[in-house]
Amino acid sequence: MSYAGGTPKDITRRQMLRRIGLTALVAGPAGGLLSACATSGGAPAASAAPSAGGAATSAANPFGVKADAPLEVVIFKGGLGDSYATDVHEPMYTKEFPKASVKHVATQQIAQTLQPRFASGDVPDFIANSGSDLMDNGALQSEGQLLDLTALFDAPSIDDPAKKIRDTLIPGTVESGQIAGKPYILNYVSSGYGLWYNGKLFQEKGWTPPKTFDEFTALCETIKKAGITPYAYAGKNAAYYQYWMILITAAKIEGNQLLMDVDNLVDGVWTRDAMKKSAAAWAAIGKFMDKSYEGLIHTEVQTRQNQDKVALYPSGSWLENEQKSNTPESFEYAMTPTPSLTPADKMPFEAIRSAAGEPYIIPAKAKNTAGALEYARIMLSKEGAKGFTEKSGSLTVVTGAADGLPLSPGLKSVNDALKAAGANIVTYSSFENWYKELETELRKQTNSLMFGRISADEFCANMQKKADSVKSDSSITKQNRTV
Amino acid sequence: MRWRGGGGAGGFSGAKARTYGFVFSFLLVPLVLYVVFVIGPYAQAFYISLTNWKGISATPTFVGMENFTRLLGDEVFWAAVRHHGLLLLALPLVTIAVALFFAFLLNIGGGRRGRTAGVPGSKFYRVVYFFPQVLAVAVVGVLFQAVYRPDGTGVLNGLLALAGIDPVGWLIEPDLALWSIMAVLVWQLVGFYVVLFSAGMSAIPQDVFEAAALDGAGRFRLFFGITLPLIWDTIQVGWVYLGIAAFDCFALVQVLSVDRGGPDNATTVLPLEIWRTAFTFSKFGYASAMGVALFFLTITFAALSLRVTRRERIEL
Repeated sequence: MSYAGGTPKDITRRQMLRRIGLTALVAGPAGGLLSACATSGGAPAASAAPSAGGAATSAANPFGVKADAPLEVVIFKGGLGDSYATDVHEPMYTKEFPKASVKHVATQQIAQTLQPRFASGDVPDFIANSGSDLMDNGALQSEGQLLDLTALFDAPSIDDPAKKIRDTLIPGTVESGQIAGKPYILNYVSSGYGLWYNGKLFQEKGWTPPKTFDEFTALCETIKKAGITPYAYAGKNAAYYQYWMILITAAKIEGNQLLMDVDNLVDGVWTRDAMKKSAAAWAAIGKFMDKSYEGLIHTEVQTRQNQDKVALYPSGSWLENEQKSNTPESFEYAMTPTPSLTPADKMPFEAIRSAAGEPYIIPAKAKNTAGALEYARIMLSKEGAKGFTEKSGSLTVVTGAADGLPLSPGLKSVNDALKAAGANIVTYSSFENWYKELETELRKQTNSLMFGRISADEFCANMQKKADSVKSDSSITKQNRTV
Repeated sequence: MRWRGGGGAGGFSGAKARTYGFVFSFLLVPLVLYVVFVIGPYAQAFYISLTNWKGISATPTFVGMENFTRLLGDEVFWAAVRHHGLLLLALPLVTIAVALFFAFLLNIGGGRRGRTAGVPGSKFYRVVYFFPQVLAVAVVGVLFQAVYRPDGTGVLNGLLALAGIDPVGWLIEPDLALWSIMAVLVWQLVGFYVVLFSAGMSAIPQDVFEAAALDGAGRFRLFFGITLPLIWDTIQVGWVYLGIAAFDCFALVQVLSVDRGGPDNATTVLPLEIWRTAFTFSKFGYASAMGVALFFLTITFAALSLRVTRRERIEL
């Protein structure tokens, strides 16, 4: 509730956001080609062959792990804890290789603990590179310190050896961990984004989450009459929660290509029809907000929602956990996908934005890279992922792993939404990390739009102007994505 | 002349050299520190402002005046400069006026017939006025977040509600936001200048006031005729300090404003833009160019204000 209380949570949320997209996602067309031979690649250090374990490879042991090779696992002990490693993944590993000893290191300061070890060459085998003191994956990769994980994603899944691991994950997971066209990062935690509401309140009042903007507007009118602010976000520090929604709606209208074109700074992308329609639709919803929300921070708005002063709030899967201590008995988190503009939209109502975060890496110079790959394969098994969700309260990128688990109400609704979405995933946005100037401008313009100072057309024109200026700025390194 | 006994063989010039050597040895450490930690970074910033350095590579590319020509067309930069102009006019004026008023009341305003004395309880007020000064800026920022909160739960809006007035968006109305932040600055700075001016006033001999009072000068006259001219030097120093403070404001704007410098650039200031350009946008070259511009703005202001406020010093 208080400001002081909000700060550490703020950090966790930010870390999460950073983790989601910190990696430079340069999904080059070469990615697919290189996946065929894991040992090829620029940096010789990164080419540690999967057979580094020394034992013969087999269907059950695709990386050739030596049965008695020790494994050192470093886990960031933050919001997710580390019991998922000590109680789930590490026991699973020792069960598979009883002769191997697993050394578990838990730390909150990844960089301070590990940077000197990288410098001296004595690196651990598997690292949860998270927290506010995480190491820069882009820098590590450019120095040849990261192992190419193509072999991992191409390895057979533990649950179904006929399937490659990459096919058991939520679409976009592998791509989200790419640097310079190759996957170096395993983003393990999946977040769903949508509109959050109090399931109990909606049930009690007989309100149903809106599927289209027409329904959305009608519902807002009804909620307003009940004396509740129908919709709100925090303008002071979380305008990006709102621009996610604008981008999701635009992507639903035109398809994911729109968001890729935004990332690729395609000429005129901001003034396209889908973008204008989305901005106009959201600006109309903005009229239901009280103007004071522009001056509030996210925890303040979230607390007001917990007090049933705000009905719908845009956010991601971490929200329920973040608000745990403020959520009263009468409040039960539920998430619904962002409404469709019309039934003619390219993507169905069920489509949701989902992004993979929480990076795990394997150092290229680790002594037991084969063991580390196997450890990652265990994490990506249904059993491993299920255990993770049980221990940490977060969903993983393994599809269907949380099915049948007793989930918290909010997590369950995210899981259900993900299941309903299937392959209809609204893609992540890379410009948020690639082009910070564009991102800063988008926050500014989003507040202006939503609090009624500019029209949708002006919003689009202003954004296009900024995108053009970023594009023509020779001092900004341009990136490109194809998936 | 000689500071150390012994070693008399050096004669007069040797003694002089030793004396200066002794003095210089004391100056050397601060001088080295100043050159390394102040002049050095400045020189470096001037050089970086001519490159497109992104904070990573060891060899930035030299781009000449490109960063500066880009500044000319940067609307955010000009918005920040405009805000500094506004702050530069209003902040010293308001702060000095309020501080002078308080200092006069605390030191002179309570006296009768030329006997200078503060109003009753002046010692207590003096301490109270100084409170904001000892608070860290971050604390002040968090405090005023609560004071200015835009809905009915804000301190100010809660008071207004008692009078039946709708909540005011102190920090979210683009036309009001900068003034709200300026008010916090004044609130925080006034205490220091009350103390500064009090010191100046207590240095004025008692008999000057007595003489003026005998001639029939009232409090108004005492203030404008005696106090103000006699502490002009102090006010001048205060003016320069406040002007330089008007070129900062980073912390308060960062903590209080909507989305750091908003809404719609309405509160942004150069230090904030420099920070954002360098650490968020990774454009250290361009940020340095802004820093250089800020450096020249500050220097120009200090030189100008010292020049303009120069007056005949009144010898007592």
